[in-house]
Amino acid sequence: MELVDYLPIALLTLLGIAFAGVSLVLARVLAPSNPTPEKLAPYECGIVPLQEPVQRFPVKFYLVAMLFVIFDVEIIFLFLWAVRMDQFGWAGIATVVAFMLMLIETLAYAWKRGALDWNVSHRTRTRRVVAPEATIEKAA
Amino acid sequence: MTSREMMHRSESAVSIELQTPDMTLNIGPQHPSTHGVLRLVAKVDGERIREVEPVIGYMHRGYEKLAEVRTYAQITALVNRIDWVSGFASEVPFILGVEKLMGVEAPERAQWIRLILSELARISSHLVFISSYPLELGATTPLMHSLREREYILELIEEVTGGRFHPNFNRVGGVKSAYGGGSTTKKQSMDLPAGFFKRTSEAMDRMDKICDDIDTLVTGNELIKMRTVGVGIIPPDKALEFGLSGPNLRASGVAYDLRKSDSYLTYDQVEFDVVSRPGGDCYDRYLVRLHEVRESVKIIRQAIDMIPSGPLQAKVPRVLKAPKGHVYSRAENPKGEFGYYIVSEGGKMPYRLKIRSTSFSNLTILPWILKGQLIPDLVAIMGSLDFVLGDVDR
Amino acid sequence: MSIFIEAAIRAVFVFGFLLVTVILLVWVERKFVSDLQNRVGPDRAGPWGILQTLADGMKSFFKESIRPTNVEVALFVAAPIIALMTALLIFMVVPIGAPVEINGTEYALVGADLNVGLLYVLALSSMAVYAIVFAGWASGSKYPLLGSVRASAQMISYEAAMGLSLVPVVLFAGSTSITTIVEQQQGTFLGVFPAWNIVLLPSFVIFLISGFAETNRAPFDLVEAEQEIVGGYHTEYSGFQFALFFLAEYIAVFNISALTAVLFLGGWSGPVFGPAWIAWVWPIGWFLLKTWAIVLFFVWVRASLPRMRYDHLMSFGWKKLIPVSLAWIILVAIAIGIRDFGLPWS
Repeated sequence: MELVDYLPIALLTLLGIAFAGVSLVLARVLAPSNPTPEKLAPYECGIVPLQEPVQRFPVKFYLVAMLFVIFDVEIIFLFLWAVRMDQFGWAGIATVVAFMLMLIETLAYAWKRGALDWNVSHRTRTRRVVAPEATIEKAA
Repeated sequence: MTSREMMHRSESAVSIELQTPDMTLNIGPQHPSTHGVLRLVAKVDGERIREVEPVIGYMHRGYEKLAEVRTYAQITALVNRIDWVSGFASEVPFILGVEKLMGVEAPERAQWIRLILSELARISSHLVFISSYPLELGATTPLMHSLREREYILELIEEVTGGRFHPNFNRVGGVKSAYGGGSTTKKQSMDLPAGFFKRTSEAMDRMDKICDDIDTLVTGNELIKMRTVGVGIIPPDKALEFGLSGPNLRASGVAYDLRKSDSYLTYDQVEFDVVSRPGGDCYDRYLVRLHEVRESVKIIRQAIDMIPSGPLQAKVPRVLKAPKGHVYSRAENPKGEFGYYIVSEGGKMPYRLKIRSTSFSNLTILPWILKGQLIPDLVAIMGSLDFVLGDVDR
Repeated sequence: MSIFIEAAIRAVFVFGFLLVTVILLVWVERKFVSDLQNRVGPDRAGPWGILQTLADGMKSFFKESIRPTNVEVALFVAAPIIALMTALLIFMVVPIGAPVEINGTEYALVGADLNVGLLYVLALSSMAVYAIVFAGWASGSKYPLLGSVRASAQMISYEAAMGLSLVPVVLFAGSTSITTIVEQQQGTFLGVFPAWNIVLLPSFVIFLISGFAETNRAPFDLVEAEQEIVGGYHTEYSGFQFALFFLAEYIAVFNISALTAVLFLGGWSGPVFGPAWIAWVWPIGWFLLKTWAIVLFFVWVRASLPRMRYDHLMSFGWKKLIPVSLAWIILVAIAIGIRDFGLPWS
């Protein structure tokens, strides 16, 4: 593997950026531009926003991102082993299985602690019958 | 202090520290799933709605006031514009009220025609719901299929009344002479168009089929169930407390239907079931409407067999004047109880017309039901209540 | 210099191929969905409306590009370009046919035959998340912000599932080079069945499901859920900037379809007939056939299913797909171990 293999990728990057850049410039030249304050207001269903969008979002959304970092790093380890599996034999498999069991344990821990329960409602989400007696009332 | 308690305490300390400010989000008036111009001012924490305040009135057209300067005959042209998805159905309670006030009664054939057209309007309104509700949940195909079938219903309504959405077909003491009409063309047939019943029963077969199709496409769909089952549960006591009516009430297990309990028009002569479901959630509200389409088909089939021949119009004075008095008249609209309170001081125009519109009453539950829900559930719940903004704002 | 020219030809070819494909893809999708929905679909521009996408693309040049007041200009402009670039670059490592011989030199029909092909794909599809998060955040508006927060959670969760689903494929091939993976799928299994990686059925299913989530396609299009958060991350985009997002999305769909075909359905492997001068066309045909079958599957799913809810989607990813793929990797590893090294105690 040489760096020259990446040459087409570099060229496509340039080509893509050039395409996007030229198109955006072209669109700017061709398209009409008639901004009005109403047009430039951020979209909020036709109401003038009273408040800037909050830049701090509830942390539970980013919990996923943290979990992902853990898992993604582990996936890279798995790839490294996967390409050279034949050289490690059963010792490799045993190591990886042990490693994966730890990973599963991590997941189970996060699961049990509720890190995987997003937005569970305060009200019950299970189906329950609120009026058991009435179903279809026959014509009198 | 056990370790568990300690853990609990430390966790709550963390959650206090990480409180984020709630964001005020305007959902509507220009939003794809508010059915027009409903505006909800929601305080959201992430995607969870802390509280919501509906703001209505963007479509206020002042029908109650307009009615005070119009004659009774002219008002029928107004009232079918209140809930335009089922125009005919909102004419019926008004005209029944006026007839009660004036002491006239429509001939039997006219009553039956009103019944058939009311049920056609119910089917068309429910088909709009059945098509738009999956769309709100993200499925596009049911929309196309059931809206196409609705077109057959609208064609039937147009054939009789001349208008797809706004029939303006009721007259005090009967219905408009269906074909041609007017004083100059008296020679033409004054009855329903030829072959109407045949085409109606053909359309009813189509309705049965589309119900089966929707059953396979939507009812059993696992994702639809995930989105709707157990979501937005309205217990029967809450439903009654907030004044819900129609399918929304029946889905909460209260089998209350004005067609049975009031038996206006000729509903006492046809046989049909009052559909109700025990769950009170979005899925049940959907199912109730789907089943009501089948019940309406049943009613129309019976009506076609039972309709007598006879005049369409009772004898009424040339100038319609209501005596002094007041009357409250209501009927089962596709969306629920639709009522008019008519106050007459004598004369050609009502002194006051109060419209008890269905969607407005059904919407009153929104702040309660949406509290603590997610934004996707907001869409699912709002859609399942099936309101029309013209009906809310009047 | 000749290396440079060859690289340039490859880059230009991939670029052109993808643009033409998107034009076809959008048309095919609209026609297929309209067939499923009793509609006619586009039929005005060109025969059977085939030029509709081109017309829409041209139109976007003439549409006013609105840049709202609150935006972070740099990121707002960069986001659609990042989206397009990641989508374009992923296709570079997808082989579209068997190597061909021209004047005695063998050329691989792939943009760049990287030995870290799969890692490259995973890296770029992680980059695609940035485009959406930047777009939503830089818009300075609430609905796009909600969309980008959804994206940050949804796309990366399925990124993990997608990565795990590819490990058995690498175990089979012993390489992360996509060309090697295709070559390993040549031939037959028990003499009748093609030796495709589809035998790794759980991996295939998980990869496909993650693909739906990665490309924000229905039923996982929460990031741009129109009925809920209006347009999600691209609410504030208009004109050609929106067109770039649109282009990127459809290239991404084609990428996932092509990757599925290549990794699990044997890519260009298939029977070859005829004389040598025509034989090289067959592998390309097989590749395109398989890829378009997956594309149609994507469209079919879009027409039949409603959207999932955010928390269901996340639970599905973390509580079902990831544990299942972990268990499946262990199973495959042990199976390959027994095949290659015999029983551990013998």
